[in-house]
Parts: sequence; C-alpha cells; structure tokens
Amino acid sequence: MQPASPDTRKFFYEHLGLNDRLLERCLAEALSAGGDYADLYFEYVTASSLVVDESLVKSASQGISAGCGLRVVSGERTGYAYTDDLSPERLLRAARTAALIASGPSKQQVQGFREAPPSAGLYPVATTGFDAETAAKLELIQRGNRAARAYDARIVQVQASFADELRRILVAGSDGSFATDTQPLARLNVSVIAKEGENMARGSSGGGGRVLLDFFLTDKTPEYFAIEAARQAVLQLGAVPAPAGEMPVVLGPGWPGVLLHEAVGHGLEADFNRKKTSAFAGLIGQMVASPKVTVIDNGTMPNRRGSLNVDDEGSPTQETVLIENGVLKGYMSDKLSARLMGIADTGNGRRESYQHIPMPRMTNTYMLAGEDDPGDIIRSVHRGLYAVNFGGGQVDITNGKFVFSASEAYLIEDGKITAPVKNATLIGNGPEALKYVSMVGNDLKLDEGVGTCGKAGQSVPVGVGMPTIKLDKMTVGGTGN
Amino acid sequence: MFFVTSTATVTINAIGQEFVTDIVTKALRAGATDAEVVFAEGDEFETLVRLGQVEQLKEAGSRALGLRVFQGLRTASTSTSDLSPEGVQQLISGAMSLVRVTSEDPFVGLPEREEFGALAVDLDLYYEDVYALPVIERIEYARRTEAAAMAADVRIQNSGGGSFDAATGRKILANSRGFVGESRRSSCSISAQPIAQLAEGGMQRDYWYSSQRSLHLLDSPEDVGQEAARRTVRRLGARRIPTQRVPLVFAPEIARSILGAIMGAINGNAVYRSSSFLAGKLGETVAGDNLTIIDDGTTPGGFGSAPFDGEGLPTRRKVVLDRGVLTSYLLNTYTARKLGLQSTGNASRGLAGSPGIGAGNFYLEPGAKTPEEIIAAIHSGLYVTDLIGHGVNIVTGDYSHGASGLWIENGELTYPVEEITVAGNLKEMLHNISVVGNDLIFRSAVACPTICIEGMTIAGE
Repeated sequence: MQPASPDTRKFFYEHLGLNDRLLERCLAEALSAGGDYADLYFEYVTASSLVVDESLVKSASQGISAGCGLRVVSGERTGYAYTDDLSPERLLRAARTAALIASGPSKQQVQGFREAPPSAGLYPVATTGFDAETAAKLELIQRGNRAARAYDARIVQVQASFADELRRILVAGSDGSFATDTQPLARLNVSVIAKEGENMARGSSGGGGRVLLDFFLTDKTPEYFAIEAARQAVLQLGAVPAPAGEMPVVLGPGWPGVLLHEAVGHGLEADFNRKKTSAFAGLIGQMVASPKVTVIDNGTMPNRRGSLNVDDEGSPTQETVLIENGVLKGYMSDKLSARLMGIADTGNGRRESYQHIPMPRMTNTYMLAGEDDPGDIIRSVHRGLYAVNFGGGQVDITNGKFVFSASEAYLIEDGKITAPVKNATLIGNGPEALKYVSMVGNDLKLDEGVGTCGKAGQSVPVGVGMPTIKLDKMTVGGTGN
Repeated sequence: MFFVTSTATVTINAIGQEFVTDIVTKALRAGATDAEVVFAEGDEFETLVRLGQVEQLKEAGSRALGLRVFQGLRTASTSTSDLSPEGVQQLISGAMSLVRVTSEDPFVGLPEREEFGALAVDLDLYYEDVYALPVIERIEYARRTEAAAMAADVRIQNSGGGSFDAATGRKILANSRGFVGESRRSSCSISAQPIAQLAEGGMQRDYWYSSQRSLHLLDSPEDVGQEAARRTVRRLGARRIPTQRVPLVFAPEIARSILGAIMGAINGNAVYRSSSFLAGKLGETVAGDNLTIIDDGTTPGGFGSAPFDGEGLPTRRKVVLDRGVLTSYLLNTYTARKLGLQSTGNASRGLAGSPGIGAGNFYLEPGAKTPEEIIAAIHSGLYVTDLIGHGVNIVTGDYSHGASGLWIENGELTYPVEEITVAGNLKEMLHNISVVGNDLIFRSAVACPTICIEGMTIAGE
C-alpha cells in the first residue's frame, strides 16, 4: 500500500494511466446511443485488518480493490457496467455495454472537465508508512485485549480488531463535472464473552470514523472500548427476561438514534418517494412526529463515519433538514431522483463500490437536542423500558413497520432504573412512532462510529445520533410479564 | 431497443490453473513455508423492469486473487484485483511482510496431504444457458414476472419491479501441499415485488422469486408473479393483536431462519470460543426427537453444493442433529484442531482473511403432515409469514423478531396481523417444535418445512 497522497487526481492519472482524453472518449462512447447523462466512477481502495483473539495475533490481512463503474442515465433508465481492468479497451467496452440502455442518436462530444473546488477537508489523510502503522495498530488492539481481560475475572474470551481502509475516488460526468476525494475510515472493536457457572453473555463495543490512528491514542482509547464491552457482558450475566407488550420506552443518547435511521430515515430516501413505495410518500408538509422532534441528515460533520467531502456522484454533501418541529420537510436525494422529481440534489448519492449503482442513502442522521433533563425523563416513567444500546434494525419502507434490537436495556420501575433485561426487539410504525415522543433531552450525542447501513444489497458506513427521548408507547418484544 | 447479445461470457486472457500454482511457487520462493492461492472470477447480469419499463440494466465481470501464506506457525493473507505481474508481486510481498507481525499459533496450518480431494462426480453446478437468452429476452422475463403480479389483483397498482438476474463464477484453489481444484457455478433468478393498497390507504409489499442454476429449471414468470401478488394482497388490512402466548406456525421461508440460527450456533468458531448455546453439547439431546438436521455439500445441483471446500477438502454429507441429539459441528481445519476433532469439510474461503465456515445444503428432514393439516389442528394461533430484524443471540439463545402473518382461528387462516414481535429462547424452542411439515423444498441452500412451535411470546397491543 502506498502512503496516501492528497492529490487524488494525480494518483489516478499517474498510477492508473487515466487522462482527460480517455475519460472524454469513455463518456462519448457511453452516450453513443443517446441518454441524458453519463458518468465514470473510478475507485481504488486499500484495506487492512488485524485481529487479536485468545491473546494471539491470529489474523492479519490486507487487500487492494480497484475498478471503474460506468453509468448511462436515460429518463428513468440506468445502464451500468463495471470493470476491474482499467485498460482503455476494457473501459470503452464497458461504456458501450452501459450505453445499451439508451436508444437514440449519439449525444454531442464531452470536452473538458470543471474540477470541483478544493474539497471541504472533513477528514485527514495519513502520511505515515505502512509498517509503522501496522505496529501501532497492533499495540492498540493488544491494549484493548489486556484491558478487557483485566476488567473482571468472568471475562473468558476477548477478540480485539482494527480494520481500516483508504478509498480514493474520481467521478467524471458528461456535464463536465469532475470530483475526487480520498476517504479514510477506521474502526477499532472489542468483543467479549463473560461466563459465570453455566451462564454466558456477550458484550461488544467499538468506534472510529474518518480518522487516523492518533484518534485512538487521544480521543477514544482501546481501554475505553474494552471496558465498555466487558461492562456490557458482565451486566448481561444478571439480565432478567425483557417485558412483552406496549409500554413507555426511554431511549438513551447516541447509538439508539438507529431508531431514526429505521423509523424515518429510509422512508425519506427520494427514490422510494419518487416511486411512491414509501409509507412517507406524499406527506411533505404534514406532521409525522411530535413538535419536539427535528431530524437532520448531515454529511458535512468532520471525521464522522457517515461524512463525505463529496458523495459517490461527485456532489458536495450538505446538512438536510428532514423533519422540523414534527413537520416533514424534505427527502434525501441523488442526481437521478433530483432530476426526475424536480428537487435539489442533497449530496446523498452513495454506492458500496464501483460494482454498484448509486442511490439515495443516509450519511449522519440525528435528532436535535431538546430541553428536558435526562434524569427527569427517567423519573417521569412509572413502568417502562430504558434502552441504551442496540444491535441492528430493519424497516419495511412500504408499510412503515420497523424494528431495532436492544442489546442493553433496563426496566424502569417507579421512575428508577432497575434490573437489566435480556435482548429484545422493539417494533413500531415509522410515520406514527415519533408522534409519541413526549420528552426530548438536552444531551444530544452521536454514536461511536460503528454503523453500516444495508439497502438493496449495498452496504455503506453511516452515523446516527440522538438525545435521550421518551416515547409514550412502543411495543417491546420480550418474553416476560 | 437492444440489439446486442451479451458479451459477459467472453473472457479475455483466460486465467488457468498454472497461473494460480505459479503464485504458490513464488510465495514459497519468497520465504513462505506453505501457501494457498484462490482465484475467483465472475460475471453478472441484472435487469429490473418497473411498471413495464426497463429501469436498470447491469452487466459486468470481475476477477481477483487471494493469498494465504504460512511461516512456521504464523499466517497472514492478502488479496488484490490487480492481476498484473506487479500486482501479484505486491500480493506476495505484502503477505510476507504481514506474516511477521502475527503470533505463533500451534493450531495454524494447511490440512494434511491425505485430507485433500474433490468429489469425482459432476455436481451439475454450471449451466451455460443462464446467459443463453439475448438481452431483450431477459428483459422480457423480468417484464412478464412483474406484469403477472400487476394483473393478478386490482389492488396492485404499484410495484418495486420485476427482475431477471444471471451470474456465473469460476474458482481455482491451489496450495503448496499439492491440491489444485477448479469449480464453476451458475445461477439465474426472476422475482417480482408488487405493492398493493386499499382504497383507504395502507400499502403492503411482498416478494416472490424463483432461483435456479439453469434457466430451464426456473418457474414460469407468470407463476412467480402470481405468487408474489397472492403474498402481497393477503397482507392488506393487517391489524395488531394483544400480547399473548399461542402456537406459532412458521412458513417454510420463515422456518429457515431457525435453521440459520442453529447453523451459527454449531459454527466451529463459536464453538471453540464457547460463545454458543450449543458449544460443548456434542452427543447431548438439544432438541425434540422429531428433529433431524442434515448438512450435505454433495447434492447434485444444490445451491450449497461444491466439489471441495474452501481449504481443498472434499465436501460431504453429515447428520448434524439426529432425532434431537447433536451429532456434528460445522468445522474447518483450524476450528477442528482447536476442538481436537476432524474437519467436517465446511471451510469457506473468500478472497481475504483466513477460511471461515459455511454449510452445504442444510435442511430439516420433513415430517408427515401437510401445512394445511398443521394449521387445521390449531384452535388459536399465528401463521408467521414474515420476520424482520436481527434478534438472535447465539451466545444465550435469546430470540426476538418483528413479525407479521395471518391469525389462525379454529383451524382456519383469518385476518392478517402485523407490528408484533415473536420471542423465546432457542434452547427451549428446539424442544417445543411440536410438528414438522412434509413440505421440504430447496429454494436456496438452507431449507426447512413448515413447523409449529409452542410456548413463544407474541408482544403486541
């Protein structure tokens, strides 16, 4: 792996043999049968992963993946081809394949590109050499391993891992648009198993973002994640069955914001609304949440896992208000839906890799802080659930039903947090659930940087955030009374 | 209009076994004591037709290499999509540099020479016909599938689309202990995702598909579209039900998820770490005596079949659960050595990292009752037709999912139900499966007949 160069265009041109003339020829070929728009997406990703398991460095791997995706858009139609062979012959052949979607006379030649102004600089680019980095990453996960084992004698298994990637992209469009970006992404994770007699429990904690190694030395140390994972596992050893049925639910700050991602986020992606397949279709301007609720999607937050200087169509990311004081304000869009719906491109066009067609996706999605004291929120509940950590979630965007799985939750009895409960799924209806938000805390927190969102088979890194909130009713999927 | 037939099957500079074994040799020359190389290439074609119009057309191919090196008891791995001499050189030097940082682990290493092998029979995994149709006819398959769904019911006026997808893949695995294996596979599928709506609102979508290794085995687009429509409109007007405990009947495509959880719980990686509720339970009764589960990587044409596993061992058939007694885990070489057992030929190999573990064709042996008989015997209960979420904890066995389905009253399916959860613990659920249906159909590598489970909790209103 080469050390990263901030000059991404130079990287592609010098290392992969691209030049303006070749890009123009590919775009002309892509539009040879007509079409409204064509673009080329070049990607070069280096990724590495290290795992300490049973106190041994069991796994070390690195990989390089490079390729180009070529797209032709004609009305609502998209033709797509990709190649991992970046020779001019292969690129031109892929362009001809993508061109099959259109049927008409060739469009005029593409001549010259307007390179986007210097990027917003939301994240740093590494300059250290690979070997030095490997040693430093190993030290981080060894520290995580030691801290988790030292936390409690009941911690019997520890797996600590560090995974990072550097993704360089170059996007050139038939409208002359041209953008590049170099995107770091790192994550440290600690997973543990606690055992007491026959009783076992798991705990996991991790985080990171578009950060360099120093983040894990200063901001969030391996010990921070290790202790958190161990704490969760030991706590779960004493968990009682989760209750079953409708009850007030208080969600803690930070990662429980996955509620927003599932309950409203996906339903507000423009493609589903353009096709009227979302439960939120046609609800712009209507109340879809309590007046205390304002939800934002923001791709411009420095160093966050979901942030991007430019999206995967080369458009700058932005801060988009989705719900303001309970009223549905807007959708997250890519270029295609923006054009077809006559709305703004919000810079949410994302894709998993060069092998995938871009579509509207979330970046960092969060609820703005309110005025309530988190302590008061807990005290206001007679009998309910307090959930602070979650696994994944899922939504059926058409009927609006969504779930998310609590991995750390407690009973609230007479205004006090009491027994920890076992894993349970929470279920609700997206366009209705946030209407039951009666209190919003003053403690907005973003997640630690672990989220990966899946849509139509494509995974992309995202962030979520939320203050402590109270939902007057939600269905908790436990087995207890 | 589409005049050009597919070019996806044309391969320029075909990569052969020699290219792969040559990299093994180079890795040894660079200082590895053992090495294993995997080459994978694939072509894919996808088309989506929505409301009768082509919406997406995708066609492409890719190739990549993965290398695992050993130096004594250390191991590391690299992967690349750059097959040039420089790319291969970087693949090897990267791995040799990484292997220095890993720990010595006495259980690490390739399988022993006598273990290698590939099934001699042709498993019928590759059919050229998945690409036989010209593009325009593939689009027609997708269009017909959607059209059949749209025509089936007046309440279906919108759609997520109809699709036709096809893919082929080829894999070569070679190592320094003399194994070289090559396998090819193909698949194609059609699907429809209609959206139905009542006059007063309330949209529902569902989905149906047919997936096969050969085009001529696919269900007709009309059958798939009509089934998708039937599944969608039966959800219209769904309501919530109170929190309660009643028998649950899991439809086959839902019952599959229970098998998936068992597969995770007997995965050698979870077992040797004791991070599974089935770890250490070999030889013990863990389920009712009406449950027998088979893992078989040798079935001709199977979605989970392969001539050799991810480490070059022949795949095999094994009884995993024999009338409720746990008789086998799913193991690769590393996890088998950790547990003092033999590999079960279940190594899976991606490009990057160490081999993982995967099942072959994994299924619950069918019982005697038809699904209709199972439902008819229930006074009050829920027929579960969809699950959402990721609510299985393999360590504890805790199970909690979002669900929807049809209410059973006096042995008959009545109204649709949604926005509820179903929860229990797998340790108990495996003992509480009261009936196993006779409707075992392989629609994918994991297959399960209809089952009835007692004692689970529905959380609702």
